[in-house]
Amino acid sequence: MTSRFITLEPSGRRIEIVEAGAGRDLLFLHGAGGHMPADPLIAALASQYRVVAPLLPGYGQSAGEDDLRDMLDVTLHTLDVLHALKLEQPVVVGHSMGGMIAAEMAAIARTEVARLCLLAPAGLWMDEHPVVDIFTRLPYELPGLLFHDAEAGQKLLASGGNMDDPEFLKQFLVMNARRLGMAGKLLFPIPDRGLGQRLYRITADTLIVWGAEDVLIPPVYGEAFKKAISGAKLVKVSGAGHAVGQEKPQAVLEAIKAHF
Amino acid sequence: MKFTWFHLMPWPHMPDDFREKHRSVWVDLPNRMYEPELGHGVYHQYLDQLEYAESVGFDGIGVNEHHANAYGLMPSPNIMAATLTRRTSKAALVVLGNSIALYNPPLRVAEEMAMLDVLSGGRLVAGFPVGTSMDTNYAYGTIPALTREKYAEAHDLIRKAWAADEPFAFNGRYTKLRYVNCWPKPIQRPAPPVFIPGGGSVETYDFCLDNTYSYSYLSYSGYLRAKLLMEGYWKRVAERGVDESPYRAGFAQVICVADTDAEAERLYGPHINYFYNRCLHVYPGFADAPGYRTIKTIQTGALSQFTAASARNYVTMSWKDLTENRYVIAGSPETVRQQMEELIKTLRVGNIFCLMHVGNMPDDKVRHSTRLFAEKVMPHLRHLWPEWNNHDDRFWIHPMQQPVGLRTAAE
Repeated sequence: MTSRFITLEPSGRRIEIVEAGAGRDLLFLHGAGGHMPADPLIAALASQYRVVAPLLPGYGQSAGEDDLRDMLDVTLHTLDVLHALKLEQPVVVGHSMGGMIAAEMAAIARTEVARLCLLAPAGLWMDEHPVVDIFTRLPYELPGLLFHDAEAGQKLLASGGNMDDPEFLKQFLVMNARRLGMAGKLLFPIPDRGLGQRLYRITADTLIVWGAEDVLIPPVYGEAFKKAISGAKLVKVSGAGHAVGQEKPQAVLEAIKAHF
Repeated sequence: MKFTWFHLMPWPHMPDDFREKHRSVWVDLPNRMYEPELGHGVYHQYLDQLEYAESVGFDGIGVNEHHANAYGLMPSPNIMAATLTRRTSKAALVVLGNSIALYNPPLRVAEEMAMLDVLSGGRLVAGFPVGTSMDTNYAYGTIPALTREKYAEAHDLIRKAWAADEPFAFNGRYTKLRYVNCWPKPIQRPAPPVFIPGGGSVETYDFCLDNTYSYSYLSYSGYLRAKLLMEGYWKRVAERGVDESPYRAGFAQVICVADTDAEAERLYGPHINYFYNRCLHVYPGFADAPGYRTIKTIQTGALSQFTAASARNYVTMSWKDLTENRYVIAGSPETVRQQMEELIKTLRVGNIFCLMHVGNMPDDKVRHSTRLFAEKVMPHLRHLWPEWNNHDDRFWIHPMQQPVGLRTAAE
């Protein structure tokens, strides 16, 4: 995995782009947590595709988040990134918040997003199936919310830091505040910015993948996305939680390969 | 010195096993614990106490805004202040304050505060807090990372609305009004004195200095721990080259006065315990929504009062711990006088927000402590800033000369 930077005009916003692998172009949009250390999904996808994974401002070394306030800002920003990257007919893959962004892009820009893969996307809300409020959760609760196998997930998430070390804690708080501060503009307090009324506009060939054991955004939302997007296919991956791509990278790769 | 008797108005009927049964006093505490008919008595007792504070000589009486909690039962401080305009005549009404980012449109704050200033004959002190994360983000749904921008815009609108003599258009990002026209407008021109609660961010220091607002540090951990933060403020004042009037700053302090130190522990110990262990029992996940604080503020290591409270283990702190470390200033009038003098001088503050109703303290104890402070402590602290003539016109109220006398209904 390598990292490079592009600068968007006219904003001057500097965006970090993680790249890996070779093959057909695949744009990967991360979820609210950003990339995981040595992200297993990016690694698996890179065995078949040229994975291009921009970080949203507020994540990693991407800057300029203050000017991104709402869904439209973020959608257009990400379309600008897609344009600047000059990808060839990419498969656009988005996980969770990244799936919400990818779906918005596909609803707004039909020709630019013709192949769409949504991994447990956010963006819809059903009163009878509330999505977990991630903003109030404490760090130790995250593995259990993201992974079916919480213990294995804990190992994936741990970046070797010691929360009792004040300096590490401060760095963690800064990173967390930047990331989730940005995510909050799309997801807080309820992750619904009207995507539901725009899904009918999606004409992309669409694959939806859901972890069968997702407790954060329950799989019933997969059915709702499938129903709202014409011709969409839904694949459920057993033994996987919300971080379906990181928990079962091979299964997700196979599903994408088989579909596109 | 200016002394404001400040009420938090907590719910005084939280059970003994509150901490074991509930994770938080704020945001998701089921309101089945609230009993409206008991609440009737509680509100009136609290309002009586504020009125009593004026009668024994406090300069100001204070209320504030909180939501979805048993820590402070004033979702609308303006309703409380309105009742006080009718039964007080001298004290400043310190509304500290309205969380201006939460009002839609924020013009509502300009209007209601103008009403309070007119009703009270020019006795309003206007407070503009950002609000705690529990209130602003979790209870009222404001997006954390946009809270401060929304706040700044609301402030701009309110000040323009008070200053204008004719309708104007306001094209904000969050509020768009074709006709801003604030009827009534405040007696105090161009605006009532403004106090800003702050928690250690440089941006807030500058905001106060730019606008000649008084910086108010509302802490429950006492003046020893506040020293570093207030030194940061005064350092900024020096850097900016503005005058060092102590009335540029205020501090909130829990105070309990009795005839002797031992008597103070006996009388007030249980209520202090109730306050620190029930009223401040905030779930850490609610204390600080990601994005609520600026990155710069997190980098300086400043934590919110409630993040700090949830990190601190008050359960294990005894009366001795709390008083020796000056979380609480408690004891005989002489003990309290000495410690208050040290507080005022070390922090360099002209305003004190006296927290004298604590937790579930019964009315007779509240009045006892309040009277002792007013009679035996306050007079000795009045003149600590002679070089400023013990008053600064920029940071205190300007009541009208001849307000009308209020008549009772029977007349």
